[in-house]
Amino acid sequence: MGQQTKDKFLVLDLLQLDLRENDALDLKCIGGRPGLIREITVTEINRPGLELGGFYENFAFQRIQIFGRGENAYLQKLAKEKRRGELSQLFTYLIPCCVFTHSLSPTEDFIAIAEKAQCPLLQTDLSSSEFTMRILRVLSTIFAPKTIIHGVLVEVFGIGVLIMGDSGVGKSESALSLIERGHRLIADDAVEIRRVSGNILMGTGAQVVSHHMEIRGLGIINITHLFGVGAIRDKKQIQLVVRLEFWDAEKNYDRIGAEEVTIDILGVHVPCVTVPIKPGRNIPVIIETAARNERLKKMGYYSAREFNRNVMNWLEGESTREIFLNEK
Amino acid sequence: MVERMVTIRNRAGMHARPAALLVKTASSFTSQIYIEKDSERVNGKSIMGVITLGATFNTQLTIIAEGPDEAKAVDAIEKLFENKFEEE
Repeated sequence: MGQQTKDKFLVLDLLQLDLRENDALDLKCIGGRPGLIREITVTEINRPGLELGGFYENFAFQRIQIFGRGENAYLQKLAKEKRRGELSQLFTYLIPCCVFTHSLSPTEDFIAIAEKAQCPLLQTDLSSSEFTMRILRVLSTIFAPKTIIHGVLVEVFGIGVLIMGDSGVGKSESALSLIERGHRLIADDAVEIRRVSGNILMGTGAQVVSHHMEIRGLGIINITHLFGVGAIRDKKQIQLVVRLEFWDAEKNYDRIGAEEVTIDILGVHVPCVTVPIKPGRNIPVIIETAARNERLKKMGYYSAREFNRNVMNWLEGESTREIFLNEK
Repeated sequence: MVERMVTIRNRAGMHARPAALLVKTASSFTSQIYIEKDSERVNGKSIMGVITLGATFNTQLTIIAEGPDEAKAVDAIEKLFENKFEEE
């Protein structure tokens, strides 16, 4: 269950990412095209101020190099004073790519040297700090540990519920029923899970098949077209796992629910409930209830524990009453 | 556990029909069946999963089966690949 990240991430892949809203990088290539096949290996970035000044000790060349207004002004100064020779050392390192922010255009000298070294030059209209924040976020998602899990991811009352279970147990059917009740589908069958910012599990579907479901007897259906955009979501944090199982008379199912059972996904412990399937059990309603219960728990209220506390209090009261009555 | 490398021989790659055929075959066995491409592993009994792999002509895949009828299952699935999923 623990596959690692995809093999290689090239500068070209960075340009081709489909990022929207506050993740958009607005990158375009303005030079050094042959270098687009260079690989990005680290999530960090570097501002090459010191290196432009001629100091190359500890140069983090494997990082994406960001040229802001300051760096660009320095490049222009170099060009004016005809000191282009000082730049050639920069490109003796295998830099993945240079990014110019604020839609800045580098000097012709710089472009010529970069072309010769086949180092890609990219440009964005974002400010340096904004671009830095976005690229760090984007790269940390890309390099995050990843796995694909067989299951259905739905959002129920705002809780990301991953429905797991063997083939044919009725995962898709339960999810369809949930969608029909107004909940949202994120991914069916193959859920791509990434661990981002330490312990958050983000689930998405694969691009081509996203928001399609396979329902036995109907075939492949398009949820967006059938139920509308309100019935889908692109990604969602996984907060609860519901494991569907065929009813096993031999097995003991949780009858109280006071203990927290968790499942390990990419090293993160997610609350997990096991629901046995049997005719007459309305699975979507049970999943809805599990999601509601999970919300209560997040607010600090544990139904089963509170119930037990009430029972204990009552028993205590009864026994003191008995002692009191006996003394009389 | 039985593992076997196979290559997609039909030009169109793993589109809906071959995927359905593969899943149908896989589902007739009780073993757990997985299909692996590079480092991505999906359940061999799930159509959407198999399509998600995006396996094109000449892609190498690994069939992995685990269970009482694992050897039979791998043989049957390998045969599908050899027959180009009854295409062409």
